[in-house]
Amino acid sequence: MGDTPVLRLVEITKRFPHVVANDRVSLELLPGEIHALLGENGAGKSTLVKIAYGFYQADSGEIYVHGKKVDISSPRDARRLGIGLVFQGFTLIPALTVAENVALFLAELPWVVRPRDLHRALREASRRYGLELDPATPVWQLSVGEQQRVELLKLLLANARILIFDEPTKVLVPHEVENLFRVFQGLREDGYSLIFITHKLREALTCADRITVMRQGRVVGTVRPGETSEEALLHMMFGERLGEVVRAAGREPGEPILELRGVCTKPVGTAPGLADVDLVVRAGEIVGVAGVSGNGQRELGDAILGLLRITRGKKLFLGEDATRWPPRRLIQKGVAFVPEDPLAMAVVPWFSVLENLGLLDPRRFSRLGGLGLDWAGVRAHLQAGFARLGLNPLPEQARAATLSGGNLQRLVLVRELSRPYHLVVGLYPTRGLDVRSANAVRQALLAAREEGKGVLLISEDLNELFSLSDRIVVMLRGRLVGEFRPEAANLTEVGRCMTGAGVGHA
Amino acid sequence: MNWFLSWISGAILYAAPILFPTLGEVVEQRTGMVNLGLEGLMLLGASVGFSVSFVTRNAWLGVLAAAGVGLVANLIYAGLVVHRRAHQLAAGLALMFFGIGMSALIGKPYVGQMAPGLPKYALAGSQSLLFRYDPLVYLAFLLAPLLWFLLFRTRFGLWLRAVGESPAIAYAAGVSPNAVRYFAAALAGTLAAVGGAHLSLGITGTWSEGMTAGRGFIAIALVIFSRWNPLRAIAGALLFGGAVVLQLQLQAQGVGISPFFLDMLPYVLTLLVLLVWGRGVRHVAPASLGRVYFGTE
Amino acid sequence: MRSLGWTRLGWPALRLLLTVAIVLGVFGLFLWALGKDPIQAYRDTFRLNLLNPRGLAGVLARMAPLLLTALGVALPFRSGLINVGAEGQFLMGALAGTWAALNLPALPWGLHLALVLLAGMGGGALWAAIPGALRALGWVNETIATLLLNYLAPLVVGYFVFGPWRAPELAFYPQTPEFPASARLPLWFGTRLHLGFFLGLFFLLAYAYLVSRSRWGLELRAVGGNPEAARRLGLPVERWILAAMVLGGALAGLAGITEVAAVHARLKLDISPGYGFMGFLVNWLAFAHPVGILVMSFLLAFIASSGFTLQITQRLPYAAVNVLMALILFTVLAKPLAREVRR
Repeated sequence: MGDTPVLRLVEITKRFPHVVANDRVSLELLPGEIHALLGENGAGKSTLVKIAYGFYQADSGEIYVHGKKVDISSPRDARRLGIGLVFQGFTLIPALTVAENVALFLAELPWVVRPRDLHRALREASRRYGLELDPATPVWQLSVGEQQRVELLKLLLANARILIFDEPTKVLVPHEVENLFRVFQGLREDGYSLIFITHKLREALTCADRITVMRQGRVVGTVRPGETSEEALLHMMFGERLGEVVRAAGREPGEPILELRGVCTKPVGTAPGLADVDLVVRAGEIVGVAGVSGNGQRELGDAILGLLRITRGKKLFLGEDATRWPPRRLIQKGVAFVPEDPLAMAVVPWFSVLENLGLLDPRRFSRLGGLGLDWAGVRAHLQAGFARLGLNPLPEQARAATLSGGNLQRLVLVRELSRPYHLVVGLYPTRGLDVRSANAVRQALLAAREEGKGVLLISEDLNELFSLSDRIVVMLRGRLVGEFRPEAANLTEVGRCMTGAGVGHA
Repeated sequence: MNWFLSWISGAILYAAPILFPTLGEVVEQRTGMVNLGLEGLMLLGASVGFSVSFVTRNAWLGVLAAAGVGLVANLIYAGLVVHRRAHQLAAGLALMFFGIGMSALIGKPYVGQMAPGLPKYALAGSQSLLFRYDPLVYLAFLLAPLLWFLLFRTRFGLWLRAVGESPAIAYAAGVSPNAVRYFAAALAGTLAAVGGAHLSLGITGTWSEGMTAGRGFIAIALVIFSRWNPLRAIAGALLFGGAVVLQLQLQAQGVGISPFFLDMLPYVLTLLVLLVWGRGVRHVAPASLGRVYFGTE
Repeated sequence: MRSLGWTRLGWPALRLLLTVAIVLGVFGLFLWALGKDPIQAYRDTFRLNLLNPRGLAGVLARMAPLLLTALGVALPFRSGLINVGAEGQFLMGALAGTWAALNLPALPWGLHLALVLLAGMGGGALWAAIPGALRALGWVNETIATLLLNYLAPLVVGYFVFGPWRAPELAFYPQTPEFPASARLPLWFGTRLHLGFFLGLFFLLAYAYLVSRSRWGLELRAVGGNPEAARRLGLPVERWILAAMVLGGALAGLAGITEVAAVHARLKLDISPGYGFMGFLVNWLAFAHPVGILVMSFLLAFIASSGFTLQITQRLPYAAVNVLMALILFTVLAKPLAREVRR
């Protein structure tokens, strides 16, 4: 592989208002190789490939394609040079059909487009690459895996020879990942060059020819899988040893806090409804819910929080029938909620830290029936909350939108967990967080368990579930299809259960 | 029967001045821009068209001038919205006030005057006085299928719709959302002004202040009514034209229904249609409608 | 809201003055091109509307409907709703208030007036409840619905003014009979200044306090700032949406009835030169900020008054003043204040 690199990025620097996303980053992609770009969230991987695709402009640095210096100032330039990028959130337009989505990216589309011709051409092409798709279907009706196929088809038909994938496996179940990697190998044999971004070591080690590791906007090094180890890669990714989550010894769980008996809900959109879900969360235990996202986990959380109507079955909270309780009542009775992406689901971006905290528990700080508000009380509560959870206090007048994801989640933890409560529902609470903040969330959940609260942890990170949970249940298409004890099961068994390969138990 | 024919004939005539702005707005909204300034654009078109026709004694020059002024005026709106990232509703209302004021200034000397109108040609086979229209009426009804073809059967139409759904994705596909939006705004401005000019030159033959009587806003309602489809816009415009003419006829015959109830018809119908369609149908309205596109950085 | 601080207002104030200067220059060129004397026109305008107590009182009287309609837009705006329908709510408020003024039996002065004003608020509130409910149910977008209802309202008013309520004594001009004295708003100091102005100020203060300091305001803004989070925090999102629209409609309706009860003393079709739309723009220019609403409604009221001055002194059509307003808006819009409109 001594040829000229098909793509060479030299000393790329990119600054955003508050952060240097890429600091003199260089990267070489050789012809016919699969190159993994490895690093944790926020390491600058996405920014780098978006610069190569012309989606962002670098502040300084040079790009060479096939040895020639090029100027990529828009995605159109990139595609003319044969560079294609599959974005993390797909760049598909839900309202348009598969054919229209693909046609949008075709370089030599005729000025007058006949749907019939277009559909025929697409059907042939998708068969050629082994990507079965119906061109006339609107994209919003497709599954995630199918959408990824459309993305790939788009690139292939646009004659891209350099294919970049931004976290392609994030949304896929294990066997779909295997399929994708087989497609990658096939493309390499056909002479395509590939870059894929991941933060999973094993994917990089199994699929890539070379691995470039990034940390905090810089390249740490490039290695071959045969010449490295998981240990070494971990060290490159994180630099120092991670704080491990310390876990207390197991103990007997107490009284049931939450009970679901045969709970069903109506399906919303493309997500499945819950079907006959039986689940008990007891005091002093963490129940983990595993599953590929989109299999009813969010619906489970919403049904517990009273946001989704339970059509059949019963929900008991502390022994009381809570099936029809509105969210407000559940919150007052002691349900805390820690979601993913707090900026979207838990806080108001324009509000200050103080105002966001004031939203807690409707009647608590209210004065004169709502005409007033006890701001001093809110302030005191805020300070006490940070102290109680052992967190550094945040500036109370800072707007939520200006806080980092980790700090936002700390704010949510303080708001939700520093008041009387009995149950915490965590909905992917560590998703997208940096390692330290994720550990802070995990510590808080473990502390809740120590204090005898019930914890329901919905997550797709199996390692997290195994290290925190007392029990793990698995969701598949709105049903609970298996229950495991972490000490008596392994990842593969749970993984198989998640993908419907077998109903498991342990 | 005679009454019915003249109703149809009139409905077609009165449909034209509302069909122009509706079609333009369909295209504009398909790229993600709501323009509340249509009313102002129509008034500008009506006054400019009338005054130029009056001065030059040539109605076609009037239509042409109106088209040009509408185009330029709507580029102000587009410039604010696309380039300066202004709030669309506020920019549209500003354009509305601008059009109301400017048209009053421009048209003031010509209030109560008559200008040369547009020539009329009979629809094929029609011998009577009915079904005789000026060329703009034919143009309006021809434009609808043309714009439908543009939107749904051409590459450029795909670009237009993609920009309206997601400017970021369109940009990723190598389409310039800003250029597409400027084009759509230019087209919408032209058509709205031509619609206004048709009102003063093709229908009334006079200019009076505020003569469009809210047609610009009805056009926006009709865009929604037609679900952003130029062909359905014909139905909407005919419905509106039919209501106007029915009201004129009833008044002429001294029927004791308040004209106000008939005038309400298009709005109430549109609201009902929205009610029926609002539930269930997904992905009908352009997804980026009304949003500000901040580009990629 | 932190931005309530007075220290932050210096720079926007300067920018506003600069904007006005630029616009006056451009509009002056317009006047000059029309063969008028811009210097003389401006001198008249300032002299008759700002430096003369009667003129100033007239400007303040015109501020009343603008303050109230702007608040009628601002309140829903804070809960994430775009109410373009203040114009219609204004008219329906005037209609409902007129009903109370003409049909209630003889009552003492204060009581009758209070009922008339309440009826006006009720009319606006009911009219706004339609789009509010449609939005809360998730059926129809409130922008579209309020826009449509703007054009229904004058037709409803037209029906009554031309039909059942038409005053018999003035057959050539469609309008209702005159309000009884007990249903009129008091005018003060022998000028046009009326109670409506003080009602406007009162509601502005109430708005400023409630929205930024009270629990209700916090919930209202949370619903607007992030409905998803609000729902998950157990806030009754749908009820807030309806409440915000109804309260906003009530204020716009109050604007309508005060305008009728103070200025016209009878209902007719042309009671609003676009006060509802102007209120939308006031709120937009002010970003729903109370001080901004005060300043901007004064500015727009002054411009509207100038329109009448120019009509008399320069023989310009009143509508010409819309050009002046549009120029201000264009200038302001060309310099966006923030990346996104803040709620």
